Amino acid sequence: MSALGSRLEPLVYDLSRPGRSGAPLPEPDVPHAELPSDLLREELGLPEITQLDAVRHFQRLSQLNHSIDTGFYPLGSCTMKYNPRINEDAARLPGFLHAHPLQEANTVQGSLALMYELQEWLKEIGGFAGVSLQPAAGAHGELTGILMMRAYHLARGDMARHKILIPDSAHGTNPASTTMSGLEVIELPSDGRGNVDVKALRAECGEDVVGLMITNPNTLGLFEEHIEEVVQLTRDCGGLIYGDGANMNALTGVIRPGDFGFDVMHYNLHKTFSTPHGGGGPGSGPVGVSERMADYLPSPIVAIIEEGDEKEPPLYGFAAPPKTIGRMKAFNGQFGVLVRAYAYIRIHGAAGLRANAEHAVLNANYLLSKVRAEYHLPFERACLHEFVVEGRWRGAPDVHALDVSKRLMDFGFHPPTNYFPLIVHEALMIEPTETESRETLDAFADALLQIAATARDNPEELRGAPHTTPVARMDEVRAARQLVLCCRPKFLSEPAQAPYT
Amino acid sequence: MLAACDVERLEDFFDLIPEQHRFPALDLPEPLSELEVLRELQELAESNAEASHHPCFLGAGAYHHYVPALVNHMLLRGEFMTAYTPYQPEVSQGTLQTMFEYQSMICALTGMEVANASHYDGATSTAEAVIMALNQFRGRRAKIILSATLHPQYRQVVRTYTQGMGLTIVGDDDSAADLDDIIAQLDDQTALLILQYPNFLGELEDMRGLQNAVHDVGALLCVVANPIALGMLKPPGEYGADIVVGEGQPLGIPMSYGGPYLGFFATREKYVRKLAGRLVGETVDANGKRGYVLTLTPREQHIRRDKATSNICTNQGLMATAAAIYLSVLGKQGLRKVAELCYHKAHYAADCIDVLPGFSVRRERAFFHEFALRCPGPVAEINTALFDDYGLIGGYDLGQDYAHLENHMLLAVTEMATREDIDCLVEALGEIT
Repeated sequence: MSALGSRLEPLVYDLSRPGRSGAPLPEPDVPHAELPSDLLREELGLPEITQLDAVRHFQRLSQLNHSIDTGFYPLGSCTMKYNPRINEDAARLPGFLHAHPLQEANTVQGSLALMYELQEWLKEIGGFAGVSLQPAAGAHGELTGILMMRAYHLARGDMARHKILIPDSAHGTNPASTTMSGLEVIELPSDGRGNVDVKALRAECGEDVVGLMITNPNTLGLFEEHIEEVVQLTRDCGGLIYGDGANMNALTGVIRPGDFGFDVMHYNLHKTFSTPHGGGGPGSGPVGVSERMADYLPSPIVAIIEEGDEKEPPLYGFAAPPKTIGRMKAFNGQFGVLVRAYAYIRIHGAAGLRANAEHAVLNANYLLSKVRAEYHLPFERACLHEFVVEGRWRGAPDVHALDVSKRLMDFGFHPPTNYFPLIVHEALMIEPTETESRETLDAFADALLQIAATARDNPEELRGAPHTTPVARMDEVRAARQLVLCCRPKFLSEPAQAPYT
Repeated sequence: MLAACDVERLEDFFDLIPEQHRFPALDLPEPLSELEVLRELQELAESNAEASHHPCFLGAGAYHHYVPALVNHMLLRGEFMTAYTPYQPEVSQGTLQTMFEYQSMICALTGMEVANASHYDGATSTAEAVIMALNQFRGRRAKIILSATLHPQYRQVVRTYTQGMGLTIVGDDDSAADLDDIIAQLDDQTALLILQYPNFLGELEDMRGLQNAVHDVGALLCVVANPIALGMLKPPGEYGADIVVGEGQPLGIPMSYGGPYLGFFATREKYVRKLAGRLVGETVDANGKRGYVLTLTPREQHIRRDKATSNICTNQGLMATAAAIYLSVLGKQGLRKVAELCYHKAHYAADCIDVLPGFSVRRERAFFHEFALRCPGPVAEINTALFDDYGLIGGYDLGQDYAHLENHMLLAVTEMATREDIDCLVEALGEIT
């Protein structure tokens, strides 16, 4: 049964009462300056609540969420592993927390040293010649990488290339990032074993190809069986290889994408390196690049400005790569996320990272072995860190993957990713991660098997699910048709008082 | 477990991988225990000088503000921190309602009608505003006007994002260009004009005639706003802005050496289908109970793929949560107080420094909590002396971006600066020269 309550929480505006405030602020200790009266606003539609109101409100809201901390969260392709608390403490050390991003380099050597080390480690882990920590998320890393690939060809005077080849199993961010870069998406079909269709790839390879974007293992959780041939074909026509690192949790310490000839890859620090997902973010999407792409990295990167010696550490600072595509974000990347990833890599080391990948793969295969008798596996292969099965049965024509997902909530589990990848009917994409115990996997498998039985015996029970969550199935059509995107409280028109005049 | 998977050893799962590339020896430092790692990180952190030990007069887009203690305590709730994008509304009402409240408060603050659930930072919000405007004109207009007093890094990010789109970006070729100069560049090819408020120099530009000039040529107006300033100043919505974006870091998010921050994005309801990013809407469940869902998802990459309004997926959810908590607990009166504290303190500092020989405050326009100061020598040298001799973090060197502002320092004063801190700065500047 879902652990979440069923009581609704009022909107913060409904708790508001005139004159209340939750944060006492000091009186000015300087003379009052004259306010620019013609520029002042008359109203300010913010709530007025006490600190206790705020604590209760947000605490109660939090209790309406499923989270890794409260239960199993096998959301495919999102790597919802345990987020170690030491990383939170590390990111909140005052020396990191209150440093201004534009301080002189000599006053922030601690932050710069950490960023430099993390760049070096990510290079080593991915087999790359350069790394930028600037991208803020996976999709932001993709945009960075595709812009670099475009710039690489243009700088060589190769003006005719405008196509990016993307397998049909790819995340939606891949084609979207390509369009934002002003390039054209060519979709490649998958073959009967879930790989890129090599014949189709060969047909598309030509002098108009900027490169190939590939996720390995792909979104089916399968290793590309022809990866070397796929890379070679793309390179033979002058194309570059972009690796979507979303699924690196399967392969950290097992392979280095750079060794396969990948030119650019983004890492998802919030997946592979355990930084918390925060209800949607922040993430961090550093890019690693091959030798020939290093000059195009976004500016700036962290570099050693003066070498150190036995007595003195090196002096770190920022440097601009010579042919940089420019700046992707203000300031210095998602620094607080970088601290967490640093702590994670430092605690695990090379052997630990490999063990994490191996156990992520073990957990996925174990779970698959428990459920495959009842859930159709479209591609009959061992998986890596995740697998995709169909949530449909011949004997239960009215039951869909969505019903399976919703019913899982009643067992206290977060559903898998639904309806993705698009090439599998009624897809349920399941990624258990390495941090889950055998007992959790067994309980989840039991729930899935019970649901499969219910699908045939009592489909109505699934279609009405979930039965125990704070709200029942939501009317998403109404949300889109009768748009209510913000609340408009009555007191919005009341003038705010100037407190100090 | 291995037996259930039909393998003997863990390594067997990776048989498919070409052997020469399998299990590389990674040259990483030996693993440490939590205790040792924390010690190592403490040493690194302590080697930074930072604003809790050194009064900080550096702003330029990131600001040292007071964050009420409960903000961090709430963010550490595992149910907020360790959930992900609320794809499954039945088990995500906490995140969804928080985002709905965040959207509502951003609308109230900016004077706009809809706001999305966040971008990476103020710079990328600004770049997304450009893309939204281009989509609105479906490629028929390809000229963007950037005010020279828009944050230099934001202008760089706009150019990086749009380098493949064939745009004409003007307005900031002359770094001394003022509002009249950029208004003169408006024409029927212009998709968007972007202005910062207060501008990068801290000044409050005269926004009154702007909307007519922009809308007369059929273009859109985007204002990049400081959210604390909007605690007391008329919102850009009242000046006819079509898009209001900005850096949400001042709303309860520590400076943290540059991130994670919060890009906010608000616009008019008529443009909602062109908006990027996640959007939370109110609806009811199967029993008629009020609840929230992600809505208008056909704009997004996971549905529309190459036709999406943006590629954004992971956003800054937890930072938007911080802003929602901050705005709730400060509320109507509290945010106004923070804004006025900043205003009074910045003006006190400016008045004291203005009378020092060799220094003069640029006073062409009213300013909020940041002002440009003409110095008697190079800013870098003054900053070094301020830090080495007085332990103060000085201002931003405007000469690096604005040729006509050589030897000008941009100073920010927030509610965190005490009168003593400001007096110390004044005394230091007086002694340095």
